[in-house]
Amino acid sequence: MDNQTFAITMIVVGMGGTLLTLGIFSLIMSILKKAFPYKKEEEGK
Amino acid sequence: MSEAIWGGIQGLISGFANLHWSNPIMIGIGCLLLYLGIKKDFEPLLLVPIGFGAILVNIPLAGLMEEEGFLRIIYDAGIMTELFPLLIFVGIGAMTDFGPLLENPKIFLLGAAGQFGIFLTLALALALGFPQRDAVAIGIIGACDGPTAIYVTSKYAPHLLGAVSVAAYSYMSLVPVIQPPIMRLLTNEEERKINMGVVRKSVSKTTKLLFPLVVTVIGGLIAPRGLPLLGTIMLGNLMKECGVVGRLTKAAENEIPNIVTLLLGISIGATMDGRIFLKPQTLIVLGLGFLAICLDTACGVLFGKVMKVLTGGKINPLIGAAGISAYPMSARVVQREGQKYNPKNYLLMHAMGANTGGQVGSVMAAAVMLSVLKGMGVI
Repeated sequence: MDNQTFAITMIVVGMGGTLLTLGIFSLIMSILKKAFPYKKEEEGK
Repeated sequence: MSEAIWGGIQGLISGFANLHWSNPIMIGIGCLLLYLGIKKDFEPLLLVPIGFGAILVNIPLAGLMEEEGFLRIIYDAGIMTELFPLLIFVGIGAMTDFGPLLENPKIFLLGAAGQFGIFLTLALALALGFPQRDAVAIGIIGACDGPTAIYVTSKYAPHLLGAVSVAAYSYMSLVPVIQPPIMRLLTNEEERKINMGVVRKSVSKTTKLLFPLVVTVIGGLIAPRGLPLLGTIMLGNLMKECGVVGRLTKAAENEIPNIVTLLLGISIGATMDGRIFLKPQTLIVLGLGFLAICLDTACGVLFGKVMKVLTGGKINPLIGAAGISAYPMSARVVQREGQKYNPKNYLLMHAMGANTGGQVGSVMAAAVMLSVLKGMGVI
């Protein structure tokens, strides 16, 4: 594979893939935060 | 008789006689690393063993990196097998509190933006004529995360390990010098004054326990080649959050990283043989590594500006600079810069969130990179 194709692929798929994956983490964790809300009783545990 | 005496004297001067011109220079560089670690407190836990390792390996005829040499045995056992960086990751996971990140999960995106420098630097290294695998190792300096850089470089460009490791750890310690000018250049005073309020304690224990499992399973499915990195950091975090394996958590926080850091440092130093290290290529690698961290910071701050617009001005773009993985230095830099312009501003916990997002981001970026490379057939 030539260097230009390699560089463009890494930038597009690499950066996009990282952003997308962390976006998915963000979404799942937001949902889990709502599904398992913090309760005051947890303090001190 | 006189021949025996002459032979004995030759034995004592053979070290001097076999000194290559590059060895004294590298011994000087080893001393410089020791000076930075001991006197300037720049990442001393790493720079002291690396500096001493560099001195050891540049003394001729000692054979420390030859087949039976003790440094070669440590190097082969821990670096070539990728074991040392992974064990360090268990410790990082056990020492990191992802709470501030989970308080505001949107901040994960800053942790992704803080890794863009990796890919931009990789492209630049290719443009400068580096082979593809070398370019990958150079770009990964931008992860600003020593173990990740060592893991990727030892796998795909072991001849660059010394330069990449020294660059990664040196620039990490220089984050307080590198980042502020970039942060000031890319933000205006009004943006730097934005007060993000107080971080509430609002994450349940269940959510904290599920976090390492979600990252491991989802991240592993998306980028299986990076699962060793993701899995070890998340194992450490799960042990910390579950609270039932105190002894293991203590070992992961203290004994394991302490021993591994010593062995890791000295074996990285052992790759700095002057005959291999002193090449123009090394200087270019160091320059590109510096650029990678500058680009990470710039991309993080610019993404912070985008998030500021999207959230109606609730995000202070300065916290984007903490999206790199230099934990917790870059978060402290953000706090200090924010308070310069608004003394009532308390950005530390928000920046800690972005910083821990950067830790996940750097590991994920490396994992994505490895999986993309595998998909393209480069590795």
